[in-house]
Amino acid sequence: MRGGAAHGPALFVAAVLVLFAGARASAQTLPGQVLPGQVLAFDRGKGNCLTCHDIKGGDSPGNLGPPLADMKARFPDRKELTAIVFDETRRNPQSVMPPFGRNLILTDGEIEAIVDFLYTR
Amino acid sequence: MKISRAIAVVIAALVVAGARPAAAADSIDPDADFKAFRDYYTKLFPNVPLNDFVNGPYSMDADLRKQWEAIDDFPPYDFAIDRGKQMFATPFKNGKAYGDCFPDNGIGIRQNYPYFDLKTGEVITLELALNRCREANGEESYSYVKDEMASLTAYMAFTSRGKPFDIKIPNDPRALAAYQKGEEYFYARRGQLNFSCASCHVQNPGNHIRTEVLAPALGIVAAMPIYRSEWNGMGTMSRRLVTCNSQVRGVPLKPQDELYRDVEYYLSYMSNGLPISGPGARP
Repeated sequence: MRGGAAHGPALFVAAVLVLFAGARASAQTLPGQVLPGQVLAFDRGKGNCLTCHDIKGGDSPGNLGPPLADMKARFPDRKELTAIVFDETRRNPQSVMPPFGRNLILTDGEIEAIVDFLYTR
Repeated sequence: MKISRAIAVVIAALVVAGARPAAAADSIDPDADFKAFRDYYTKLFPNVPLNDFVNGPYSMDADLRKQWEAIDDFPPYDFAIDRGKQMFATPFKNGKAYGDCFPDNGIGIRQNYPYFDLKTGEVITLELALNRCREANGEESYSYVKDEMASLTAYMAFTSRGKPFDIKIPNDPRALAAYQKGEEYFYARRGQLNFSCASCHVQNPGNHIRTEVLAPALGIVAAMPIYRSEWNGMGTMSRRLVTCNSQVRGVPLKPQDELYRDVEYYLSYMSNGLPISGPGARP
């Protein structure tokens, strides 16, 4: 294949990255690694979670919502955590948490990535 | 009433959950609302003196208050007061001036706005009255959000500092309807982020969004207009409402839209008895 020698390593790296992004249930933080979900969670135009939640690794958190820590212990059921990000007002109509999924602030894939990240906290 | 079964449901839900400090949703009772509203804040913040709520975030946060007191020797809104005073003293081309449009020449009257005008059947805010004054005297109207309008209202607020809000709801179904529409707008969720005005200023006063301290709705109108560091300048009540709507990724109304005026009417009534503190300075 033409150019195969040059493209090979790059394709391999890309494939590894795709595998990483896909391996959500077993997402683990390697030293120096920033999960895509962390970028989304801290981005003011996306999850913007820090505006209301304290999250380890984030600066100047707000406190409208609870700190996001011990997530594995608090949410053993991944579906529950995903549902909260998707639309917490379904469970608690008084919640001021934006319905990220219902109002199309985040895609389903972005929500999954953020949930991956949250399980590292 | 078709306006909103949906809004009624939201308000009913808020009442059930205690998030809306008000009387029953289907009867208009401003006096009961007023009492419930004030009680809600004074119970939530028993250590904040009633008259201190007009200082917004500074009444909620000691550190922020210190920073504010430090800059208040040279308040950032001073230029607006001076400019407003000068504008007030300068006659229009026809020889008349702003003072001719207002009771007491416009001095010390800010606490009476907005009021419900029984002739036109609408809420008249200070900003609207100022532009109508200009138009009636053959002058072009100003932008409602900042600059000249903020200077004029800054000066008028300054001459009224310490005077208690004295908002009246005349016994007229149109006035009650305006009040109710303002109340509904205040508690209705909107925008992609699904926030109501009350989400922040009733449910979360004193809490932080990032480093910002949310102001209580009680007394929030008393400090208008405000110099906001975030804006790098002055802004009117109109500007505050428009930016709030934008921040929740909603579609803002036009400044001085009837609904915005109704909201200001509702909020000002809720602040009755609290002293005018404007112009204010906010982070």
